[in-house]
Amino acid sequence: MTHTEIQDYRVYGWVLLALLILTTITITVTWIDLSALTVLVALIIASVKSFIVLRHFMHLKFESKLFTVFVVMVLGIYTLVIALTFFDYLMR
Amino acid sequence: MEMHRDDIGARLGMWIFIFTEILLFGGLFLVYAVMRNRYSVEFHQAAHQLNAFIGTLNTVVLLLSSATVAMSVTAVQRGEKRKGVMFILITLVCAGIFLFNKYLEWGHKISIGLYPGSEMMIGLKYGYILFFSLYFFMTGLHMLHLLVGSIILTIVMVKIQIGTINAGKYTLLENGGLYWHLVDLIWIFLFPLLYLIT
Repeated sequence: MTHTEIQDYRVYGWVLLALLILTTITITVTWIDLSALTVLVALIIASVKSFIVLRHFMHLKFESKLFTVFVVMVLGIYTLVIALTFFDYLMR
Repeated sequence: MEMHRDDIGARLGMWIFIFTEILLFGGLFLVYAVMRNRYSVEFHQAAHQLNAFIGTLNTVVLLLSSATVAMSVTAVQRGEKRKGVMFILITLVCAGIFLFNKYLEWGHKISIGLYPGSEMMIGLKYGYILFFSLYFFMTGLHMLHLLVGSIILTIVMVKIQIGTINAGKYTLLENGGLYWHLVDLIWIFLFPLLYLIT
């Protein structure tokens, strides 16, 4: 069994354009001083870019939902690890 | 008799491997996060030493290469062999450009004496040493992945050419592509965190 859907070249062209625009936004944002918010904004944009790469380039939108569930679980565990580390680190 | 094949299982296996990679780099990002929190001023100043222009150029190159790998899958699915090979070739050229830029970037730092274990680096403040060590280790490990990805994609390209990867059987191309997108995915986070947040 292989994918039944075949993605058109143009879709990838648009996805690439979107990613390049987001990169431009990331760079522009760093010129504006948002102090503590800079990291947050950069991480949010990077997450949006990752979402696009995972969904379109890595074909999660064509795969069975099981793949998405796994990805969400892994990212969830990683977020938990970060949260617990900082919880421990900041409470010392 | 046809051999048993499980393409979904093969892709799922690749994804599980990708999860281990995410956690490997995740650990490094975690170290970065804690140390950045602790030495925010030093990290802030040290990041100015990085060449944001080369970083940006490499980001564009990697995004383009990711798109061409994805397009190669479409080409092979449609049975357009020549296009499939061409798209992988573009990806490999992009990888070459990325590595050349990295060579210029690292070469400059090493020529001014800034590399792990150098006298200059040992003399720096602790926060700076941490930043540059993380910079060399994270971009170095990323570069290693890029090299491995290039080797895999070269094999994939040859297999498309000789026809062992074709419209009916292209899991290796898809899995090689997934690995390449992972390399891109890691760079999406490395680039702003190391080069931009100054």
